[in-house]
Amino acid sequence: MSFAVLAKGAATIAAALTPLAWLAGAGYDRPPARDPIAVVRIDPDAFAYRLSGEFDRDGQPVNAPQRPTRFERPFFMMRTQVSAAFYERCVAARACAPLGRGATARRDAPAVGVSWRDATAFARWLSRETGEAWRLPTDAEWAFAAGARFNDDAVVETVGSFAQRWLAKYDQETALAHALPAAPQPFGAFGANERGLEDLSGNVWEWTDTCFERQALDAASRPAAPPVVNCGVRVVEGAHRAYVSDFIRDARAGGCSVGAPPSHLGFRLVRDERGLVAAAIRLLRGAGKRG
Amino acid sequence: MLTRRTLMAAAAAAALIAAAPAFADDFATMPREKVELVAPPFIHPHEQATQRPPSIVEFKMTVQEKEMVIDEKGTKIHAMTFNGSIPGPMMVVHQGDYVELTLVNPETNTMAHNIDFHAATGALGGAELSLINPGEQVTIRWKATRAGVFVYHCAPGGPMIPWHVVSGMNGAVMVLPRDGLKDENGKPLHYDRAYYIGEQDFYVPRDDKGNYKTYESLADSYPDTEEVMRKLIPTHVVFNGKEGALTGKNALTAKVGETVLFIHSEANRDSRPHIIGGHGDYVWESGKFANRPERDLETWFIRGGSAGAALYTFREPGLYAYVTHNLIEAVELGATAHVKVRGQWNDDLMKQVRPPGPIGGATTGFLDAARPRPN
Repeated sequence: MSFAVLAKGAATIAAALTPLAWLAGAGYDRPPARDPIAVVRIDPDAFAYRLSGEFDRDGQPVNAPQRPTRFERPFFMMRTQVSAAFYERCVAARACAPLGRGATARRDAPAVGVSWRDATAFARWLSRETGEAWRLPTDAEWAFAAGARFNDDAVVETVGSFAQRWLAKYDQETALAHALPAAPQPFGAFGANERGLEDLSGNVWEWTDTCFERQALDAASRPAAPPVVNCGVRVVEGAHRAYVSDFIRDARAGGCSVGAPPSHLGFRLVRDERGLVAAAIRLLRGAGKRG
Repeated sequence: MLTRRTLMAAAAAAALIAAAPAFADDFATMPREKVELVAPPFIHPHEQATQRPPSIVEFKMTVQEKEMVIDEKGTKIHAMTFNGSIPGPMMVVHQGDYVELTLVNPETNTMAHNIDFHAATGALGGAELSLINPGEQVTIRWKATRAGVFVYHCAPGGPMIPWHVVSGMNGAVMVLPRDGLKDENGKPLHYDRAYYIGEQDFYVPRDDKGNYKTYESLADSYPDTEEVMRKLIPTHVVFNGKEGALTGKNALTAKVGETVLFIHSEANRDSRPHIIGGHGDYVWESGKFANRPERDLETWFIRGGSAGAALYTFREPGLYAYVTHNLIEAVELGATAHVKVRGQWNDDLMKQVRPPGPIGGATTGFLDAARPRPN
C-alpha cells in the first residue's frame, strides 16, 4: 500500500474513533492519560449502624441508637484517600482552593488540611472530568465500608450527671487517638481493612456528607421533637467520630475547648454504579454546557 | 487575738530571722536534706507548714541539649533543658532554707550554660558563679530569704540569654513560708495537690513554603531563630514543652472538693492563666507570699520573667481547660492543658434547665413536670 492510502486510512480511523473517545470522557482540556482511580466495590448488605449526631433522652445525653440499615445498590469507594497530587490537579484546573502552607503534592500520601467545602469542590470537578458521579460518602456508607475499622463511639451508659459521660467520652477519644503518628503517612501505612480499603481510622479523619443532627428522645426512646439539623457542621470519621464545621481545614482550631480533635482532615470519594447509557447522557449534557 | 497588726509583726519577725546571716560553723552543723527532683507538671514531695529547722537542701540538675517535638504535627527543635524537661523541674524549700545546687554540663553538650535564680541575691542570681563548659560541673548555695514562686533560667551572656531561655532552659522554685500558706486574715491555706505549669514561647523559623525548618545542630539553628525572635511573635506557646503535653492521657486530674495549687511560670513573656469553668480562689498573681492573695479571680496575669500561684477548690466534676486567655495563643499556638475532675454534680451551681431543642415552647418547668424532685 502506498503511504497516501495508509495515511487516509489512518485519518478515517482516527475520525471514527474521536467521537467515541469523546463519549468516553474526553473534553476540551482532557488531561494526559493517568492511572485509573483505584476503587473497591462495596456490595449491598445490611448492618447495624450506630447513628451519628447527638441524642438526649429525657434531657440527658445518651448514646445514639443503633439502627439496622440496608444499602440497596452497590457503590464504589476509593481504595485510598485522595492524594495530595491528585488534589493539586483540581487546584491547577482552578476548580479547587490551594492547600494550606506546608503542603507538598505527593502522589503517595493523602491531601490534608482539606475542608468539607474543599472536598465537595474536588468531587464536583472530578465528576466533570470523568463524567462519573463522584461524591463524599454518607456517614452510614463510611461506617459500612469501614467494617472492622469503624470505632463505635457509644460509651457505657452511666446513671448520673452529664459530667460522667463527658469524662467517659474524653477518655474514649483519647484512647482511640493515642499514639497516632503526627505527620501524614504514605498510603498503606495504617494497613487495609477486610475490604481492601487502606488507612481507615489512621491519623487522617475523613469527611462525610452527613450533617450534624440533634434528636431529642422521650423516656421510651421515641422522638420527642423534630430533629435539628445543622448542615454547617458535618460528620467526620476516623479513629473516633467528630463533628466539624464545614469550612474548617485544621480541626485543632475548629473543635471545642476539650476533646481529642482530629489530627488531619482529608477525604475519599465514592461513586454509584450506573449504566453506560446514563453515563453517555450525562456526558452529552456536560458537553452541551461547555458549548 | 489575731489582728492584721500581729500578723504583720509575725511576718516581719520571720523575715528578720530569714535574713540573719549564718556563720561557717552553722553551715557545718546545719541539717542537710537531699531532694530527688521530679519532672513537671508534678512536684517532688514536700511539707507545706514545717517543723524542720532551716536546712541546706541539696539538688542536682544536668543540662541536656536535645531535639524535642513541640507540637502535634511533629515539629522538632534543638532544645536546651534543665534535666531533660521543658520547663526544668520545680524545687521546693522553705523560707530560711539554703538551696545548694549542683549543675552538671556533660561533655556531650556543645554550649556553656549557667543558672540565674530569681529568688537568689547577688551575682546575677548565681549566673556569674555558675558558668560551666561542656565537661564541667559547679555547686552554688543561696539563701531562700523571700517566700514565693520564682523563675530560674540559663543566662550565659549577651544574645545567648534570650536564646537559651526560649530554647527551653527555664524552670521555677517555690519558697514556702515555714508555717505554710495563709489567706489575707492569717488563716492557713492547705492544698491537696500541686501542679507546676511552665509556659514556653518558641520561635521556630519557616522556609519560603511555610514549613518549619530543621537544622543539623543546635548552633546551626541559631541565626534563623534569632531573626524570628527579634520579631517578637512566637510560633508556639505551649505548656510543659509541647502542644498537648497536658491533655489526653496526660491531662491533669483532681476530685471535687480537692484544693489544687497551680504554679505558673513564664520566663520571657506575659501570660494570663484562666481555668475554663473554674476560678482562682486565692491568687498570688505576682507570686510572692508576703503579699495578700487576691480572691475570686477569673483570669490572672503572669508577667514575663516571673511565676505566680493560684489555689482553686474544684466544685463540679467534668472537664476543665487551663489556658492562657489570649485564646489565639491557647488554641492556635498550643497553650492549653486539660483537668479531669471526678465527683458529684451540684445542680445548685449550674443546671441545664431546658436542653437544646427546636425554638419555641416553654423554657421553664420543661423537664421537672413529670419527674419526682430529688431530696
